[in-house]
Amino acid sequence: MADAENRDRGQLRLSEDECKGCGLCVEACAFKVISLSEGLNHYGYRTAMYAGAGCSGCGICFLACPEPGAITVLRLRGTAAAHGRGRVISIPGAA
Amino acid sequence: MSNEVLADYDIAQCKADAFYDQYDRKGELQHQTHYCPGCGHGNISKMLASAIDDLGIQDRTILINPVGCSVFGYYYFDVGNVQAAHGRAPAVATAVKRSRPHSIVVSYQGDGDLSAIGSAEILHAANRGENITAIFVNNATYSMTGGQAGPTTLIGQRSTTTPNGRSAANEGYPLRVSELLSTLAAPVYIERVGLGNNKQIAQAARAIRRAVENQVRGLGFSLIEILSPCPTIWKMTPVEAQHWVRDVMERTYPLGVFCDRTKEVEPRNVDLPKPALSEIPALLEIADTVQLAGEIPGVPSVVDLHIRVAGFGGQGVLLLGEVLAEAGLNAGLEVSWLPSYGPEMRSGTSNCHVRLSHSPIDSPMVSSPNVLIAMNEPSLRKFSATVRPGGWILYNGDAVPQECLQNDIHSLALPFTHLADELGDSRITNMLMLGALLEITGVLPQAHVDSALSSLVKSARFLSLDRSALQQGRSLYRERQKAMLLAE
Repeated sequence: MADAENRDRGQLRLSEDECKGCGLCVEACAFKVISLSEGLNHYGYRTAMYAGAGCSGCGICFLACPEPGAITVLRLRGTAAAHGRGRVISIPGAA
Repeated sequence: MSNEVLADYDIAQCKADAFYDQYDRKGELQHQTHYCPGCGHGNISKMLASAIDDLGIQDRTILINPVGCSVFGYYYFDVGNVQAAHGRAPAVATAVKRSRPHSIVVSYQGDGDLSAIGSAEILHAANRGENITAIFVNNATYSMTGGQAGPTTLIGQRSTTTPNGRSAANEGYPLRVSELLSTLAAPVYIERVGLGNNKQIAQAARAIRRAVENQVRGLGFSLIEILSPCPTIWKMTPVEAQHWVRDVMERTYPLGVFCDRTKEVEPRNVDLPKPALSEIPALLEIADTVQLAGEIPGVPSVVDLHIRVAGFGGQGVLLLGEVLAEAGLNAGLEVSWLPSYGPEMRSGTSNCHVRLSHSPIDSPMVSSPNVLIAMNEPSLRKFSATVRPGGWILYNGDAVPQECLQNDIHSLALPFTHLADELGDSRITNMLMLGALLEITGVLPQAHVDSALSSLVKSARFLSLDRSALQQGRSLYRERQKAMLLAE
């Protein structure tokens, strides 16, 4: 179990199927935790990938991304975001 | 990412509920929009969808989808959708908002649509202060059609129609819609935002939400202009296009709030009392058309005539129909007269639809007549197959060809034009045929026909010729009937 003190405030879920590889999220991210894949997806795009750590949960990549469902931003419960006015929705099944 | 870790996280940003889960469009790409990579439309759609979610108005939002890349809003937004003709979205939005005042109506338009072909509609909707929200996506080009110059194209900007760059001398100056509309008294909120960097994008989201909220509060007309990248037509990468928005476009189109009257205006009351439908005829001082015509002296108890009159221009096709309709109106019947003719004053084709009925008329179109008056052969051949079984064809010719007489159709074929010539003028052919029609159907008393004729025909000579032609037409039919009886 991860140490609560060192946990990232944010997490990202990026959809390889919906991403068109425009790279605007890579440009938007202040913490540089998103990059484009080396390989191509089914449609021939290099898609956005999360580094796996370092996300602040600010949500600017979500606003910069033109695709409705390509990015989902998660935020550690009980923390406020630096940017954005995100809606907080509980994950079904989560405690 | 294990579930254990996720359990401590909440979803902060995700696909808005105002979007469909799957987009019902062609091909396998039902999980993606049709927008090119890096297109600003996607961002703007997301901002609008989030605003709809946040304000809780999904069930009463109606999106007007015009022409351009923005047209497929109806594939993406799970709200009410109406597709509008090019540029007409603000006019359609007006109609939707006024007929459903509790709905939230958003006109989502590109710059080719809003500032060129639709410049009149947006100007007048703004000037009327319609309580709608206009989202104006400005990418300074006609993108969907391949990059032609539009009113918003920048000076010096190359396009397929300005290959050397737009010049003010030849194509005029870029149209600044937000500045233009903010000179009007009625708009409540007008702001120009951009998608040029993170800060601008965050501001755009706030502005769009505000423009929708203004409508929810009943304040009036709001327009948000968004400088939006079009990497494909601009021939740039998405990141370069984003830079171009803030480094180049913004010089011609400065960002900012151009008009904000949200603090001064009073919210509108959408629940103003409306007259009941039954009161409207009295308010307009018109007869209540729902009442059926009762018994009319000299008119059979059931009249339901669907008449098509056809010939060439100059034969009096339209006048024949007009006399019939006017006489029916005088008699107290429900009538309609619908002319249909080419632009030529002479020698073109001409026809009209006439209906006479005891009951209110649903449609003035007569696609399957029970009486066809064909004043020449092309008209006979064109319309004979449409005549209802048991109907009548009156034909200006020696005989109706057998192939035009299916389904027990009755016919009266006579060289009416020759007979009219004998009476003194070939131009009264129409009245001869009308006389025969009146005799066959027996629907209208002659007195009503006479008064209709005298109100429509001003020349004394023709009035008297027409009167005798009507009588002659009646007797032509009676003589034919007598001859047929004798033959049997």
